[in-house]
Amino acid sequence: MFVFLLNRLWQSVILLIIVSIIGFTILNMIPGGPLSQYALDPGMTAADLERLKEQMGLNRPLPIQYLDWAWRMAGGDWGTSYRDGQPVTAVIGRHIFATLILMGSSMAISMALGTWIGIRGATHRYSIFDYTATVGAMVALSIPTFWFGLVGIYIFSLQLGWLPAGNMYTIGNETVLGYLQHLILPSLVLSLVHVAVWSRYMRTATLDVINQEFVRTARAKGVPEKRVLMKHVVGNALLPMITLAGMQLPQLLGGALVTETVFTWPGMGRLFLDSLGYSDYPVVMGLLMLSAILTLLGNLIADIVVSMVDPRIRLS
Amino acid sequence: MNAISATAIASGRSRWWRSRATQRFMRHRLALIGILLITVLALACAFGPYLLPYNPLQIDIRARFSPPFTGNHYLGTDPLGRDLAARLLEAGRISLLVGLFAMILSTFIGAVIGVVAGYRGGWLGNALMRFVDAFLAFPSIFLVLAMAALLQPSPVMITVIIALTSWMEVSRIVEAEVRSLREREFVLAGRMLGLSGTHIMFREILPNAVGPIIVAATLTVARAILTESYISFLGYGIQPPLPSWGNMLNGAQQYLESAPWLAIVPGVAITMAVTSFNFIGDGLRDALDVRNDHH
Repeated sequence: MFVFLLNRLWQSVILLIIVSIIGFTILNMIPGGPLSQYALDPGMTAADLERLKEQMGLNRPLPIQYLDWAWRMAGGDWGTSYRDGQPVTAVIGRHIFATLILMGSSMAISMALGTWIGIRGATHRYSIFDYTATVGAMVALSIPTFWFGLVGIYIFSLQLGWLPAGNMYTIGNETVLGYLQHLILPSLVLSLVHVAVWSRYMRTATLDVINQEFVRTARAKGVPEKRVLMKHVVGNALLPMITLAGMQLPQLLGGALVTETVFTWPGMGRLFLDSLGYSDYPVVMGLLMLSAILTLLGNLIADIVVSMVDPRIRLS
Repeated sequence: MNAISATAIASGRSRWWRSRATQRFMRHRLALIGILLITVLALACAFGPYLLPYNPLQIDIRARFSPPFTGNHYLGTDPLGRDLAARLLEAGRISLLVGLFAMILSTFIGAVIGVVAGYRGGWLGNALMRFVDAFLAFPSIFLVLAMAALLQPSPVMITVIIALTSWMEVSRIVEAEVRSLREREFVLAGRMLGLSGTHIMFREILPNAVGPIIVAATLTVARAILTESYISFLGYGIQPPLPSWGNMLNGAQQYLESAPWLAIVPGVAITMAVTSFNFIGDGLRDALDVRNDHH
């Protein structure tokens, strides 16, 4: 168990290093590079730019710059934002909470709904429900998230007036209920794609389990069908879903970026877009790295949970 | 069906339109709907602009914000009075072409990396696949946006950027396929004949992996069209005055209350195009009997 975890952790670290090299190279290959923001300043002379380069260590060879940057990154110094001179970690820290709430609630919705649809599709195979769910999932995967958000705003905010059209709270009404009201629409929009994916996988996983011998044995022993389903089938079918939850993280984070834009949600996605607009290179890089760290961490946690729940993995 | 396959065998030659795969595909109702939809959409985008009475760039301030079915403006007009139908079809050309060419490029990159990694194996294969994993660890939209924001966002550049961030799926599929084929007799025979590694990789092994590649490529078109719409919606993709389905939605949110058709129409077009490719991909997967757990 311990060796298994250590091995996975080691793999994640290697992956993170490769990710950081890719990110660093891409952002540094761009014409203008990290200084493109300063170059726009009309008061800047070539000599000034040269001095800034010297100051920021940008005239050193790229590999040296990378090592220096990676070393400071590992030590927790993620640089300072060009926009307000604050540490990148502090800037991101102010936005991460909103994104995590959005992602968490959306994950909960898609797990609950997707699991139910998947199980029902598997137990009522080739029924109208199953067919609708299959086609519906494919269509749901084809709808642009942001457009679904616009349609949601049009129907539920503008036409029916049930839900707020954006932001995380209304100034003056900062109650839990107020926050929840603002959370409903964006998290539903974000979960659309994931309900689709989740239900497809859950259907397949349930079908895999439902035909196995221990299920037949349980039935033969006279265990009530409901109990067979809940205890024997669903329990086992949910196992691969844990891994899936980890794998879904990048898409969830990417979807959050777009959803946040439509709903003016003050999270990391909006921060990323704003920083791109300002060519705030350190924040962009920080967010790229953080998204990779979150993804790898999510996969790692999923692996740990699976290995804790499933004794077969610990043995192998 | 038996009669048909019997004649195929009797004639001694298997023609693709008589093959089992084609028959299975033709029975896949969703895939046929997908083909029909995308054909109609593509034809409309290709020839529609010649049939409409308006130029997509023609500004008519007096006719701004006309709702659908005002006079000859079948889908209404935008804030500058430009005909929405004309713009939609013009945008479709760009969006569909970007999706198509991004697919071609990314399938090429993915296939080359996958074949090399799967055939060579060892440290090179390992390193290449770790590289693939690393690319998959970014939410790809972050990477696409960062590149699009910093480079010149011309249609060609957008296509290249989308391709550079969507080849991983294909390379994983190809790698797995090639790894399983590597030890087969025909490869061994090729090696004993003294064929070069490149020849064996691309002429002997790769054709055997064509089924999974076609399926993945079809789904890649769907995803590329979606990606283009995301980045154009966010303002970093195709730049106006050139219309694309994504950037038509870019300003639509502020007119959601007064002119909802501006937001609804392009979104329906994107959903239709992407759904078609997803349906076709699903049909191909069944027809070519591609077992694919990660879709």
